[in-house]
Amino acid sequence: MSYFTPSTVPADPLNRHESLEIARARQELIREPLVNNERSAAWVGDHIASVVENPTPLWWYIAVSIAGGVASLAGICILYLITTGVGVWGENKAANWAWDITNFVFWIGIGHAGTMIAAILYLTRQRWASGINRAAEAMTIFAVMCAGVFPAVHVGRVWMAWYMAPIPNGNAIWPNFRSPLLWDVFAVNTYLGASIMFWYVGLIPDAAAMRDRIKNKILKYVYAIICLGWRGSARQWSNYESGYLMLAGIATLLVITTCTVVSSDFSTSVIPGWHGTIFIPYFGVGAIYGGFCMLIILLVPIRQYYKLQDIVTLRHIDLCCRYTLLMGLFVTYIYGMEFFIAYYSGSPNERFTFTDRIFGPYWFTWDLMMIFNCVIPQLFWSKKVRRCPWLAFTIVLFPSIGMWLERYVIIVSSIHRDFLPSSWGMFYPTYIDVLTFTGTFGIFFLMYLLFIRFLPVIAIAEVRSVLPEANPHQPPVVVDSNAGGTHE
Amino acid sequence: MSNSSLVCSVDSGQMPKKLYAVAAEFANPTALYEAAEKVRDHGFRWWDCYTPYAIHGLDKAMGLKKSWVPILTLIGGIHGLVIGFLLITITSVYVYPIDTQGKPYFSLPAFVPILDLLTIMLAAIFTLKGIIVLSWLPRLHHPLWEWDLFTRATHDKFFVVIEAKDPRFDEKNTATLLQEIGGTNLTFIGEEE
Repeated sequence: MSYFTPSTVPADPLNRHESLEIARARQELIREPLVNNERSAAWVGDHIASVVENPTPLWWYIAVSIAGGVASLAGICILYLITTGVGVWGENKAANWAWDITNFVFWIGIGHAGTMIAAILYLTRQRWASGINRAAEAMTIFAVMCAGVFPAVHVGRVWMAWYMAPIPNGNAIWPNFRSPLLWDVFAVNTYLGASIMFWYVGLIPDAAAMRDRIKNKILKYVYAIICLGWRGSARQWSNYESGYLMLAGIATLLVITTCTVVSSDFSTSVIPGWHGTIFIPYFGVGAIYGGFCMLIILLVPIRQYYKLQDIVTLRHIDLCCRYTLLMGLFVTYIYGMEFFIAYYSGSPNERFTFTDRIFGPYWFTWDLMMIFNCVIPQLFWSKKVRRCPWLAFTIVLFPSIGMWLERYVIIVSSIHRDFLPSSWGMFYPTYIDVLTFTGTFGIFFLMYLLFIRFLPVIAIAEVRSVLPEANPHQPPVVVDSNAGGTHE
Repeated sequence: MSNSSLVCSVDSGQMPKKLYAVAAEFANPTALYEAAEKVRDHGFRWWDCYTPYAIHGLDKAMGLKKSWVPILTLIGGIHGLVIGFLLITITSVYVYPIDTQGKPYFSLPAFVPILDLLTIMLAAIFTLKGIIVLSWLPRLHHPLWEWDLFTRATHDKFFVVIEAKDPRFDEKNTATLLQEIGGTNLTFIGEEE
């Protein structure tokens, strides 16, 4: 059984005036519902809120302990780094950027997909995104927080980092606004700030819904403060809707700006392998690629455990996989184009760098990157694979690693052998490098677990507003049970 | 918590000491939409619809004007651009000029990313403020929260509330109007004196 709107398809798909072929064609045109099994607005609210309202499951405590333990690794390593110096990392005179910036670009990239889903898909009226945008935006914020760790501590003397802020200081020094590294400071902070605002605005009506239903007095108080006294009046909704649209537009601009700025860290330098105009789209699609992979990794267990399959449907997973495949194809094209341009430029240094990527000492990172990012996602051409959540989960683990390797290849394999063979060298990570990076996963998952536990993991009001019953002009019509694609 | 002296069912014949509004429940978005059009056509100004989610087109049915939030976004964006331009220009050209790669001190193309980011940042802040302030939030209390049923305005119920300060408000006729257009659970909501 499914709902559809009469304006697009007649109420009787097997209209006797039509031939059977036309009727079949019409049935194929009927879209899969955004929420399966004809769930009502009240059910959506009850079901999503039950995740927060039900007693805390045991696994949550276990997961939080593990994530907290891993997160503390990052804390200890960073403390050690600050008290000792950046020499505790494996960077050296040849590779003076390595895991720190790799991890930074990796995490900030994951953040981009969240904004892409919440903002760009909202602007383009992709209504299915309402089911996953809250989870995606939360991913953005936590990923950007993890990203921020690395540039903040890689400066060496962390206590001098405030010099990057344009504020008057005793030495009368001002930052160099022409430097891409300063652009980076502004980009990351703006990205974090605007993402939190965007996320928060979406949260206001849901916090009000939680305030009105939750029994726990302390949480009720907290939700009442978060929602600022929201009542859901039409005047409030009017401001909310237009403000949300504005923020979506702003966030879209911000995604493009931030990936431009992050790629400018590299492309404005004259290092072979970095100095390319392709870097801006390269970082953009790479970021969204890695982010969609991480989103599938987060969504599949959540929907399974909390039985959210009617809201985060197989169609949602399918569409995320399609985006992953699309971004994978973009990335593959860019890898190819980079090599072509290196050859076509005629620059011996440029040609050497790209030959070195394949045949040099870091050949295995390049090989793994190509297999993980370009070959394995091709499985998503199959609808069966896309609609099998745990298979999709397993597949996207590979491009997730592959996208980290991509940044590693870009950074380390470009600079470890520069113009002068006398200054060539190798980069080997130290255990502090490894533990700091592992620790940021702890931070990310710890934040995510807290988010799942205390806030509605899916935007209740937004999912409700895409239900057929929410449309005041076209009351839902129940049609033939064969219509409307597959269901769980 | 329901407060008997502040919330009285219309049928009970009682009335709060100081009336805030008369409220009615509607079954679904379609009923609410049609009711809103009728209340609008009666010329009421101080009234509102309460829904658990945004209903497409309800603002038109209510005769609301376009939201002012986008104007605030624009103002915020212009603020960010101007403040950013002054900050960068004054520091890079006059206060602390740095000679980088022989570029002129006033090198606008290199300033663009930060100008862009500051524009975005202030536009976002102004938008958030706009949504909150133009919705008359934050608010610690509201007379409607005295009504038990109103907690479901964020869940599955739809309400039309006509306030007593509207010049066309009349205790009996307004309640009758809400009943005629399909409202149920008609209730007088009072406020503290």
